[in-house]
Amino acid sequence: MVNRLKKTLDKLVLRMGRQGASGGGQMPHYEQGKHASHRQNQQPYQGAVIRPEPAEAANPSGLKARFKINYPGFDLDINFAVPGRGITALFGHSGSGKTTCLRAVAGLERAVDGYLEVNGEVWQDDRRGVFLPTHQRALGYVFQEASLFAHLSVRDNLNYGLKRSAASAQSIVFEQAVEWLDIAALLARRPERLSGGERQRVAIARALLAKPRLLLFDEPLAALDLKRKAEILPYLERLHDHLDIPMLYVSHSPDEVARLADHLVLLAEGKVAAAGPLQETLARIDLPAAFADDAGVVIEAVIGGHDDQNHLSRLDFGGGALFVTRQAKALGSRLRCRIHARDVSLNLERADNSSILNIIQARIIAVADTDNPANVLVRLDASGTPLLARITRRSWYSLALAPNTLLWAQIKAVALFN
Amino acid sequence: MLSEADLATLLLTLKVASISTILLLVFGTPIAWWLVRTPSRWRGVVNTLVALPLVLPPTVLGFYLLVLMGPRGPVGQLTAQLGLGTLPFTFGGIIVASVLYSLPFVVQPLQTAFAAIGARPLEVAATLRANPLDTFFSVVVPLTRHGFMTATVLGFAHTVGEFGVVLMVGGNIPDKTRVVSVQIYNHVEAMEYAQAHWLAACLLVFAFAVLLLLYGLNPKQGKH
Repeated sequence: MVNRLKKTLDKLVLRMGRQGASGGGQMPHYEQGKHASHRQNQQPYQGAVIRPEPAEAANPSGLKARFKINYPGFDLDINFAVPGRGITALFGHSGSGKTTCLRAVAGLERAVDGYLEVNGEVWQDDRRGVFLPTHQRALGYVFQEASLFAHLSVRDNLNYGLKRSAASAQSIVFEQAVEWLDIAALLARRPERLSGGERQRVAIARALLAKPRLLLFDEPLAALDLKRKAEILPYLERLHDHLDIPMLYVSHSPDEVARLADHLVLLAEGKVAAAGPLQETLARIDLPAAFADDAGVVIEAVIGGHDDQNHLSRLDFGGGALFVTRQAKALGSRLRCRIHARDVSLNLERADNSSILNIIQARIIAVADTDNPANVLVRLDASGTPLLARITRRSWYSLALAPNTLLWAQIKAVALFN
Repeated sequence: MLSEADLATLLLTLKVASISTILLLVFGTPIAWWLVRTPSRWRGVVNTLVALPLVLPPTVLGFYLLVLMGPRGPVGQLTAQLGLGTLPFTFGGIIVASVLYSLPFVVQPLQTAFAAIGARPLEVAATLRANPLDTFFSVVVPLTRHGFMTATVLGFAHTVGEFGVVLMVGGNIPDKTRVVSVQIYNHVEAMEYAQAHWLAACLLVFAFAVLLLLYGLNPKQGKH
């Protein structure tokens, strides 16, 4: 009973989170109709699809996961629900249980008590004795290190999962995956003749071709150097734009999370510390110092104008406009940027004689301590868009700041992603 | 030169070794797989049992097999009831003995090869919809083909070279259980050194060729 109540609550929170997200213009819109037809067209390759119990079925779209795993010295006890489309980052320090969690979702790790539902299909419900082994779960898994089969060429690696998965109306064709990941030139090669970045691209294409209804990434960039990482990220962004399935992305890199994720599940010591849409969750100041020095918000903006004389572009977002270095993108293109709390300073009056270009009006919502006692973290609201500012405790008092104070946020740097 | 009887023993030896090798691969592969992947506490015991023929004198193994498979032994009574008769001093009997005697030579290289590839390729295959059996044939076998090669060659060669177990279980019956090693013994007993030389030379060349092949095919194993 308590559990059921909790589930209903979780669902409510999830739904509220979504509304908030679509209001903020951050989440991709949900195409419910498309989803429904997608599911109908898919032939299960083993037995009948197990449907959720009525209590769960109220909200068929999305991924619901609950796992309890006990290891000597480490307990994983997690419960989260995320949207049925887009990238959800499982973020946390090493040892927080994020990889174990991902492996449990894949069925590679056996939970003592687990529940997993993917867009209306139950893959695991230990209380009902349901457990689909990994090979019966329609998922794609990209491992951290090169996991290509050494005895097969790139082409045969790609075909391995393709041959073994049932066709579906929306499945990705070979040529498409090859084009998305830009691996046409590699097809005849053997895995040992590929660079680390190329291997990961092939591994991603191979996962896609297995016609997944859920894509799992276990720190796919962790084994690569910075240059290779930068090489792969655009491909992941491309997947994000094209795919209509949920993706779980394990990472301990705040940059990757800020760049790719729509949704965030923050793990700490085997538990979910926070979960929600990326923008909102990043702007929370009540969380354990997961991002610490990297605290900051992510803003989805649209290119609103170019100033060629000064080599600047104007980005419009809910809270105002930001000027950044001239972007080689058309007016109206969407773009994601990140503003670190450490790059935001606060002014009670608009400083018209400042060299800082980006000055935005905002209201103080709340304040919290940081792990450095000299600083405080201030949450601001800029006409609906959350911002974070890290200022010294001394400034907080000397400016007599308090919740509800209307002030000007000076933004020293904007990190651009796309 | 080789007499007709000598040729018959050579032929019989090849027949015994071929059939034994096939059976060794059929039974040895799942045993090796189980030994590598099981969390069972019986692992150590089974591992030891498989390795026993390495250290036991072949006569000891032969003696127990004789007792077990004889008309009063439990295996013998079972085979008799099944209408198969008893196995000692038959072709079937030396096949059973050969398989048991050469088991570690097949299981251990396979075990090493299976352990070397680790669990990751199996997990990858599972995430690509391959069921465990499919995974075994499409991923494990190709990745461990050197292990299979070593196991096959060692199993075959070791069966060709056995003597004690065959003598105990099979006796010395022409065309049925008289293999090359037994025939060499017969020649030496009869002071027919020339004929013993011919057969011994055959085995020597065979053994050399086999090992050369093994190390040539499998340079990594050769460095031990």
